[in-house]
Amino acid sequence: MQDNLVTITVEGLDGKIEDILSPTDMNLSLMEVLKASEYDILATCGGMALCATCHVEVLNDVELTEMEDAEMDMLDTLPNAGVNSRLSCQIRINDEIDGLKIKILGSGE
Amino acid sequence: MIKTDICIIGAGPVGLFAVFEAGLLKMRCHLIDVLPQIGGQLSEIYPRKPIYDIPGYPTIDAQDLVDNLMEQIKPFHPTFTIGERVESIDKQEDGSFNLTSNEGTQINAKVIVIAAGLGSFEPRKPVVKGLSDFEGKGVTYMVKNPEAYRDKKVVLAGGGDSALDWTIFLADIAKEVTLVHRSDSFRGAPDSAEKVFNMASEGKIRLLLQSNLNSVQGNGSIQSVGILDKDKNEIFLETDTLIPLFGLSPKLGPIADWGLNVDKSAIEVNTVDYSTNIPGIFAIGDINTYPGKLKLILCGFHEGALMAQSAFKYVYPNQKLSFKYTTVNGINEF
Repeated sequence: MQDNLVTITVEGLDGKIEDILSPTDMNLSLMEVLKASEYDILATCGGMALCATCHVEVLNDVELTEMEDAEMDMLDTLPNAGVNSRLSCQIRINDEIDGLKIKILGSGE
Repeated sequence: MIKTDICIIGAGPVGLFAVFEAGLLKMRCHLIDVLPQIGGQLSEIYPRKPIYDIPGYPTIDAQDLVDNLMEQIKPFHPTFTIGERVESIDKQEDGSFNLTSNEGTQINAKVIVIAAGLGSFEPRKPVVKGLSDFEGKGVTYMVKNPEAYRDKKVVLAGGGDSALDWTIFLADIAKEVTLVHRSDSFRGAPDSAEKVFNMASEGKIRLLLQSNLNSVQGNGSIQSVGILDKDKNEIFLETDTLIPLFGLSPKLGPIADWGLNVDKSAIEVNTVDYSTNIPGIFAIGDINTYPGKLKLILCGFHEGALMAQSAFKYVYPNQKLSFKYTTVNGINEF
């Protein structure tokens, strides 16, 4: 791992798998990193856990930002949420998430 | 018919401040908002959260900002229609617009300013074969009148609070209630979840866990739903009603059908005056998009100020606008 840089493996909606690099010292959320990497995520609400358009499935066991009530409530309502679902806007990019693998799901509409 | 100079769609912070900027130029405003109170997201979602980037306020609670804006625009006597959504707009021969709400309220305005934030929150519709064909014919996304389900077979789908609450409530009214949930647990509302599990074990309801809504069948109206179990076998349940409850998501709603140029759920505007492609219609705040757009309240305030300068020519086509500072001119109530 390079200093202040983590690698995240992303499976897009088209099934294509790619590694993206993200800085850890900019207080970014995973949603912001995905958007910056030009994944087609609306993020209508701007990161407030309100729209679920940044919904992802976490594919491996990596320590992530803990889930707060607003995120849990939102995930419960989604038609396509599973046990490993998260809203990427609620996941902070830090050193611990290096090697994270995710799949973009969207809000299932 | 309500008559006004400017009809502002959305009574959030940006819509409210637009009243101030319009008021300085002697333009009267009427605001309409789908939410049951004024203040938009600030009052509905985070009233007690602090905001740190309002110029002049090191920190201010969201609701306090709304209250202060209401105080600031008082001299200009804005009027409000709340709890209603604008469904359609019709351009009149004199260049003005007639707006009609979902409750039938009619507003005539020389200018429309869309300050609708994220849009309106609408039920999330899952991707299910045949679902849209039966909307209003047994498929509904919200329970308006529970009595309508008396002695009927009802299938609900979803795992959030409203799916649990309505399952519990309708169990006493409907002939048969089935709840379909994709997981085997409910993360929120532990009390309601426990109640639903108990009702299922007592046979009062049918609970289908690790199951997904897959298809809807019927003949004119709904007759059955297809549900995939965890082994992907589809079972068919006879029903009179299907109520998918997958929460609400922000949508442009009817605004999307007004002929405005839209990019990814946001209205494209000209940054000279935040006008849209339709003369007389402006879009300000989070609902608009342009190169470099930042969804910030303070940017929305700026957009409102520039919008008002341009809106003036629609309201007072024969007058020349001269720019005045409030410090020099004061606030002139009208």
